[in-house]
Amino acid sequence: MSDLKNENKKSWTSLFFDPKIRYMNSKKNKNGLVNYVLLLTTLISLITTIGIIIILLTDSFHFFEQVPVFDFLTGTNWNPLIEPNKSYGVLPLVAGTMMITLGSALIAIPVGLGSAIYLTEYASTRFSKIIKPIMEILAGVPTVVYGYFALTFITPNILKPIFPNIQTFNALSASIAVGIMILPMVISLSEDALNAVPESIRQGAYAMGSTRFEVASRVMVPSALSGILSSFILAISRAIGETMIVAVAAGMRPQLTSSFLKPIQTMTGFIVQISMGDTPVGSLSYYTIFAVGLLLFLMTLSLNIISHLILKKYREVYQ
Amino acid sequence: MADLKKKRMLTDKIFKVIFLIFISLGLVVLAALIYDIVSKGMVMLDWEFFTRFDSRFPEKAGIKAGLFGTIYVIGLMIPITFFVGTATAIYLEEYAPKNKLTDLIKLNIANLAGIPSIIYGMLGLGVFVRYLNMGRSVLAGALTLSLLVLPVVIVSAQEALKSVPDSLRNASYALGANHWHTVYKVVLPSALPSILTGFILAISRAIGETAPLIMMGALTFVMFTPQGIMDSFTVIPIQIFNWTSLPKVEFELVAASGSLLLLILLFILNGLATFIRYKYSRK
Repeated sequence: MSDLKNENKKSWTSLFFDPKIRYMNSKKNKNGLVNYVLLLTTLISLITTIGIIIILLTDSFHFFEQVPVFDFLTGTNWNPLIEPNKSYGVLPLVAGTMMITLGSALIAIPVGLGSAIYLTEYASTRFSKIIKPIMEILAGVPTVVYGYFALTFITPNILKPIFPNIQTFNALSASIAVGIMILPMVISLSEDALNAVPESIRQGAYAMGSTRFEVASRVMVPSALSGILSSFILAISRAIGETMIVAVAAGMRPQLTSSFLKPIQTMTGFIVQISMGDTPVGSLSYYTIFAVGLLLFLMTLSLNIISHLILKKYREVYQ
Repeated sequence: MADLKKKRMLTDKIFKVIFLIFISLGLVVLAALIYDIVSKGMVMLDWEFFTRFDSRFPEKAGIKAGLFGTIYVIGLMIPITFFVGTATAIYLEEYAPKNKLTDLIKLNIANLAGIPSIIYGMLGLGVFVRYLNMGRSVLAGALTLSLLVLPVVIVSAQEALKSVPDSLRNASYALGANHWHTVYKVVLPSALPSILTGFILAISRAIGETAPLIMMGALTFVMFTPQGIMDSFTVIPIQIFNWTSLPKVEFELVAASGSLLLLILLFILNGLATFIRYKYSRK
């Protein structure tokens, strides 16, 4: 009987603690409590995820009680605040988010990959050592400062001379700023992927008489493709969730447009607009932010999962 | 044959220049940003800027409320995040068995790192502000920011623990130390510089975070400094955001002064992290 008890206890603890480490019942160990404190802190991360899902689901439930899911997802008019023609079609916000994402990806992906190739194939170690802390600073600039820079520098000083009819708030300046914000992430993740390719493969390619560009474009990049693609997807996911840059520089006008020179509104921008205003808690307008938040969460989550799967499935296995 | 070789060499050189331009682009933008912020930010920046509260008049607007709010929120967040982040990393690296549950926890942390920060604001609003009744307080803000940066802190602490060689652990066991003593007295001190480097970078990220605090209901126009952890507050980036949204052109300069302050904090923290990394990496 007591054996059975021990057996049960053992199997329970071995679920959470490595059985190879004999610390649990060792006489020397009086720190059994520590194990459980460590386990408890670890569970916080699981609780966080569960909390996020519960909050988003319960509060958007109140929204979808009054607005059908289908109307929300397919409607082309977003006007949740101003009577009398309230309308809850989320597509203009999704389109705004997509414009910013597309614009920023068009900047960050080629520039990021090119920079990573330069760092791994062309640059001296000294150059890399100088450039890395600078990239860290670029990655650390607060997004509200990027937004300010887009609104007060990029639009009037750089874009206005090229596009004279550009508006004060526009999708283009925000796209550029978001592209710059995600650039360090693309560079560092692509560089990690390129560095993970074994040196023997690179040396083999050079031994065949290839130029640096040929080594990079025909050997290194194809070998590291899964890591590079997953870095692109993570960066896109970051761009979708970026909030302050678009809240400052892109405007607050949810509309279906293909012009980057006009103001738009993204999903995140809308959430900030409602949070800044005096929308009464419990009203339908208040619950809209959770419905939009849920959609945002699902979009970024699926991208993160895709990126994870690409890494796992298509990773070349090198000895 | 010689022509082909020339052509290949030329392609190589052309792409070298293109890639160099790409990598310089980041540097040029950073230089332009710093120039823009410094040149505009210096105009209104004086000692009074730090000792005055916000105002409807740009020449009288100051950052005192945001500065104290940031100090309170970040000051409260630092011990919470450091304790939970390091403890979680220790559990995952030193205690957890290799099984499905551990994989799930690790996958979950990777996913948390990819969730937009504004969603954490919704979590803070739902759990801390409303459910736990903390109100829109410094405590609720600190806990929200803590959850936001934890995934980054955990992953960097895990990397730090992984880089401690097993020979150190084995030497400690050989001297008769048990597992916890080995972790606490040998592994942790040896990993501490790298843990701190990652932690400081995460803190510098948290100082600039705006969206989650706006979402959980931090105020925008504040005429007081918090006196305790249950008081309401604002932070520096929220004040900057507020100033950029005001119609008076002079507020653009005030916003630049606030941004300059944020950038200086960022430089100090990044410098500190680089210094720790440099000092201990030579050993």
